[in-house]
Amino acid sequence: MEKSINTFWQGLVEAIRLIGNGDSGLVEIVVLSLRVSGLALLLSTLIGVPLGAALGLGRFIGRKLVIALMYTGMGFPPVVVGLFVYLLLSRSGPLGSLDSPLVPPLFTPGAMVIAQCIIAFPLVAGFTMAAVMGVDPQLRQQVQSLGATAWQTTLTVLAEARIGVMVAIIAGFGGIISEVGAVMLVGGNIEGRTRVLTTAIVLETRQGNFELAMALGLILLGIAFFINVIMLRLQGKTFDS
Amino acid sequence: MNNTASSVPCYALEAVTKTYGGRRVLDIAGLEVRPGEVLALVGPSGSGKSTLLRLLNFLEPPTSGRIRFMDGDYGPDQPVPLAVRRRVTTVAQRPILLNRSVWANIRFGLGLRGERDGDGRVDAALAQVGLAALARQPARTLSGGEAQRVALARAMVIEPDVLLLDEPTANLDPYNVGVIEDTVRTLNRDRGMTAMLVTHNVFQARRLAHRVALILEGRLVEVADVHVFFEAPRDPRTAAFVRGEMVY
Repeated sequence: MEKSINTFWQGLVEAIRLIGNGDSGLVEIVVLSLRVSGLALLLSTLIGVPLGAALGLGRFIGRKLVIALMYTGMGFPPVVVGLFVYLLLSRSGPLGSLDSPLVPPLFTPGAMVIAQCIIAFPLVAGFTMAAVMGVDPQLRQQVQSLGATAWQTTLTVLAEARIGVMVAIIAGFGGIISEVGAVMLVGGNIEGRTRVLTTAIVLETRQGNFELAMALGLILLGIAFFINVIMLRLQGKTFDS
Repeated sequence: MNNTASSVPCYALEAVTKTYGGRRVLDIAGLEVRPGEVLALVGPSGSGKSTLLRLLNFLEPPTSGRIRFMDGDYGPDQPVPLAVRRRVTTVAQRPILLNRSVWANIRFGLGLRGERDGDGRVDAALAQVGLAALARQPARTLSGGEAQRVALARAMVIEPDVLLLDEPTANLDPYNVGVIEDTVRTLNRDRGMTAMLVTHNVFQARRLAHRVALILEGRLVEVADVHVFFEAPRDPRTAAFVRGEMVY
């Protein structure tokens, strides 16, 4: 127990030291983590928000099936997503064998982005759908009555559901910044190329470098906290406006 | 109120029906709405009044029949051009305001049209409904009466040719009822805005309308000038309704 507490404090000291020194290896890992998860979140938002809005507001054939698939996706184990992407992108896989410049090879940040995007977009879509369904249905008719096109009506409903949409994006971010199984499988944890915070934590723990692993964990927590604070501030601004 | 009856109708409905799930809720053999008039539509709950307003606002197509509006003619399968739809708007019984300021809510319709508030229309509308002091307040903090006045200002800012009012003063206190009625009266008198008012309040119909129509079970029973409707109705059901009796 006492040893664990010591490890925690030593990890905290190590984290402060690494950050204070601007350790180049650490900066590289943090930047790659943010780049991969940020790009995956951007793509997930671009896919998930329109999909969630369409499922929440539209009525079309196959809607229930898509919702069932999306709910399944929300609970998908990341390591299974990683395996799925691994098989898709491997040289003998259906996408990897195309040898297309549009398909990133395995063990690259591009492959990690795809895996994280598949993990995050059902979360973004699912929470967005719930948010737009929570908006008073009468609002749509009143907005249309004021002369809104279908597109303007959808944007207005999304704007009304903005707090829920923000929560959807935060949930997507939370689902990928802390994810390790998929990025380990498709990224390979290659130093200087695909090593991100979570895979580095696994590696350092396995090697017995608990202080360093704890330091990386605390930095990861700090990043997640910082980004959530920014999101909450944006939410606050939307409340105020 | 002025009476600007014209020979060319604003709306002309011919054999218009609306069916939901096999149940016919509206069956209007014919109805004309004159430009510049206030036509009150009265009748019991569920008689099809609100459905008729949705059709007149082109939010839903009729199941069958034709709706002539201005110089257009629209049926069940004909899409109504956006520019035509934007000549009509509805103030609903329960106003849903956007989670924005009062001012932003009133300006909303102009934004949809890509228009700026260059001539101070938003402030003028706010003043007309007596809410100038609340312009910067979040709309969701308003009382029911204030919210309905914002909804009316939001509708008048876009200067529609036709204003459809679906029980706009239900459950409001006399002061708010007075403000809303005065505003409708002013819009009709000064701008010649055609209005169609759904109301359960026969006194309100009498105060505001040029003509009154009684609708029962989706069918028009009688459409008459306001004095005829209340003082010498032709149909015994109208007479019973005016006396406050239950009419089915």
